[in-house]
Amino acid sequence: MTDMIDEPIYKTDALIAEDIDAYLETHQHKTMLRFITCGSVDDGKSTLIGRLLYDSKMIFEDQLEALQSDSKKVGTQGQEIDFALLVDGLAAEREQGITIDVAYRFFNTEKRKFIVADTPGHEQYTRNMVTGASTADLAVILIDARKGVLVQTRRHSYLAHLIGIKNIVLAINKMDLVDYDQSVYDAILKDYTEFATSIGITAFTPIPISGFKGDNITTLSENTPWYTGPSLIEHLETVEVNSATDAEKPFRMPVQWVNRPNLDFRGFSGLIATGTVKPGDAVRVLPSGKTSTVSRIVTLDGDLDVAVAGQSVTICFADEIDCSRGDVIALADNPPQAADQFEATIVWMADEEMLPGRPYWLKIGAQTVSATVQHPKYQVNVNTMEHLAAKTLDLNAIGVANLSTDKPIVFEPYEANRALGGFILIDKITNATVAAGMLHFSLRRAQNVHWQPTDVSRESHAAMKNQKPAVLWFTGLSGAGKSTIANIVEKKLARMNRHTFLLDGDNVRHGLNKDLGFTDADRVENIRRVGEVAKLMTDAGLIVITAFISPFRSERDMVRSMMAPGEFIEVHIDTPIAEAEARDVKGLYKKARAGELKNFTGIDSPYEAPHDPEIRIDTTSLTAEEAAEEIVRRLIP
Amino acid sequence: MVDTRTLTHLERLESEAIHIMREVVSEAQKPVMLYSVGKDSAVMLHLARKAFYPSPPPFPLLHVDTTWKFQEMYKLRDRMAQESGMELLVYQNPEAAERGINPFDHGPLHTDMWKTEGLKQALDLYGFDAAFGGARRDEEKSRAKERIFSFRTASHGWDPKNQRPELWNLYNARKNKGESIRVFPISNWTELDIWQYIHLNDVPIVPLYFADKRPTVERDGMLLMVDDGRFPLLPGEEPVMRSIRFRTLGCYPLTGAVESEAKTLPEVIQETLLTTTSERQGRAIDKDAGGAGMEKKKQEGYF
Repeated sequence: MTDMIDEPIYKTDALIAEDIDAYLETHQHKTMLRFITCGSVDDGKSTLIGRLLYDSKMIFEDQLEALQSDSKKVGTQGQEIDFALLVDGLAAEREQGITIDVAYRFFNTEKRKFIVADTPGHEQYTRNMVTGASTADLAVILIDARKGVLVQTRRHSYLAHLIGIKNIVLAINKMDLVDYDQSVYDAILKDYTEFATSIGITAFTPIPISGFKGDNITTLSENTPWYTGPSLIEHLETVEVNSATDAEKPFRMPVQWVNRPNLDFRGFSGLIATGTVKPGDAVRVLPSGKTSTVSRIVTLDGDLDVAVAGQSVTICFADEIDCSRGDVIALADNPPQAADQFEATIVWMADEEMLPGRPYWLKIGAQTVSATVQHPKYQVNVNTMEHLAAKTLDLNAIGVANLSTDKPIVFEPYEANRALGGFILIDKITNATVAAGMLHFSLRRAQNVHWQPTDVSRESHAAMKNQKPAVLWFTGLSGAGKSTIANIVEKKLARMNRHTFLLDGDNVRHGLNKDLGFTDADRVENIRRVGEVAKLMTDAGLIVITAFISPFRSERDMVRSMMAPGEFIEVHIDTPIAEAEARDVKGLYKKARAGELKNFTGIDSPYEAPHDPEIRIDTTSLTAEEAAEEIVRRLIP
Repeated sequence: MVDTRTLTHLERLESEAIHIMREVVSEAQKPVMLYSVGKDSAVMLHLARKAFYPSPPPFPLLHVDTTWKFQEMYKLRDRMAQESGMELLVYQNPEAAERGINPFDHGPLHTDMWKTEGLKQALDLYGFDAAFGGARRDEEKSRAKERIFSFRTASHGWDPKNQRPELWNLYNARKNKGESIRVFPISNWTELDIWQYIHLNDVPIVPLYFADKRPTVERDGMLLMVDDGRFPLLPGEEPVMRSIRFRTLGCYPLTGAVESEAKTLPEVIQETLLTTTSERQGRAIDKDAGGAGMEKKKQEGYF
């Protein structure tokens, strides 16, 4: 134990004791580096982080005492200090002896402050690593010298590269266990170089270390005289951080908040994503394209002459132009584009699979819009980097897909600008963050397919028919009576000389949607198509009646949002499942119960009843005729 | 050429905190800032003033009061509310007041009722859906894994295994019915960062952080300050004047002082850096329930 608990290495103590003001002055000018450590369970990741904290004096005596007693009780290093215990935080993890989530740690050296994201190596936690990597300037990829390049090593490297981390350190760990043998190091380096090149990693920094013994962590070790590169800390202290490169790019600032304390002041607050700005700069507000000049950069400590990427500021314009949350202020003669269709890489992070066609919230910068993702073009096997065909994406799956937003967003490719190219997807019902994504480019058709204006408008179509178009959207369980009642409603409307059309679930599946099955993803697409058809028919002035189970609230809400306000009338044919099953007109419940029919709504696939439908029909108290009468009366009072 | 120097660590931390606060104000319906009058709260308040300048921060300050804070804390609290132009809400759990819950007779129940229950009651009473807190990840192990936007159930519980991933600086502030958010804008600050920032920005803090001669008694290895007449002295116990200061501030009967001569900020920082025990050690609260103390408290709704 004695050779581990040497003097803490960063000898700032002397300066602190002698001249605190000088020390503070130094500390004040430190920069910050954020990095992640990735490795599989036994690569010694927690031990390395524990070592960094320990060596930089971030561990106090009381913590050390607790650590010593814990090491003996639950440690995995015999009587020696188990640094991993410093890092494995939550009670649940300590019991299981694994790290289950992203944890953030802090330490200082004389030159820098460091924030370490500690991310677990388990396959099911890809999402945690992507999360930790998203804010990192650098990744330390740990390899156990005894084991060499493993599947996990490839996965971690691929993910770090995917998130755009330019600085990769290959820490070949546990060198003490291979007798500091250079040939072991060289062989691993050769393997890794081959792999790294194949996935597009052009540069990385290999370092032989022992987190446990401390070799090449802070100073070069006598045990590896053949290694002449920097020690790990030396490298971390000098490598360039992202904010430095961001400052070189053209100016962009997403507007978070409009600051308007009184009529005399109007400022636009945000964090500068890239570039620099100063009073007098010509700027353009996107997506409107309006231009003005920066008049002031306002802070509590006085106006600034210049502000750079990474700073949160408030900018005032010389002219009164419209600008609000979600807009992007950019260099006038080099602005980013706006588009509504993209190709993107998507990392799926939720237990529920991605549903192509379902609308999700997409948040990018300060913009939040509704977005739908199409079927993936392919999924990437993160272990082999192979492209696989995929219909959807499951938890921890990474794929490439096209997506479209309901209005244009200001963006740049993720590669060029993390802040304008990185997005999250949010489930509209559960509000969970279900995915992270990176925009590649906008699709040409978004720019080239325009709405063709037509001379006979939807209003004139409706006027010719002397009626107000509408969609009567029937929803309910199979066997609830949707088709029966819808049919009577249409007959009644026809007798009143209304122009109608009935879209029936079963019938549509024989034609338009015959390529779709009954998985959740296909059900979403089924409803999307029916919604689009119904919308075209309302444009033609028709009263559309649809009879589909349409089990998910999200899709019904999606169709509602496609229609003109007031034209979507949700009709819940409310029949208890027991009643529908007792009727079982088509014998489907019997088949589903027998397991012959998969994904049957109400049996092994959920039905989400409307919270607040325009019309609710209780079929246990009304006959089909009475129900139809009621619906017509509500439509045409 | 414009100056494209790399931002310092404090500039980056400040910018991150300001960005977080502006997101909350833009996306939450009714935000509030929890203000405990300690040094972390002081920094958080200062950052809020920077984030929205020249507007005053567009949310109130909420002090969940236990009635047992140091007198100096109450003084600074009222002064800062006035200076910042923010509304100050003080909440004291009426049930705890009625039952006369105090740190001398009721042990852990004191913290539970005044702080944990008091906080829940106050948030429910005013219907705040997002509350800024000054917790830092370096304070304690379970904090190290907590998100910056940390969701609480309707009963204010925390589920560490079901946290939303937080990517880049994109925060998902959408809540389900009944849920509320605790937001920690200074998550990534360390104790040293806090001191350095106070030093650089002249942030006003409670004078108790600086050494002075104060009346003290020693109990269970802790040095306690006799802050007012409610301190029950044991037979033969006599307050002794010692030069002391505090590393953290809470209820005075629960907060241990350290003997110190550090009268200026640099001296305090110097002592902090040379010290050999961690900051929270002076607090009785972390010692309950062994290593998992804070994690358990948080699941129950402690901030």
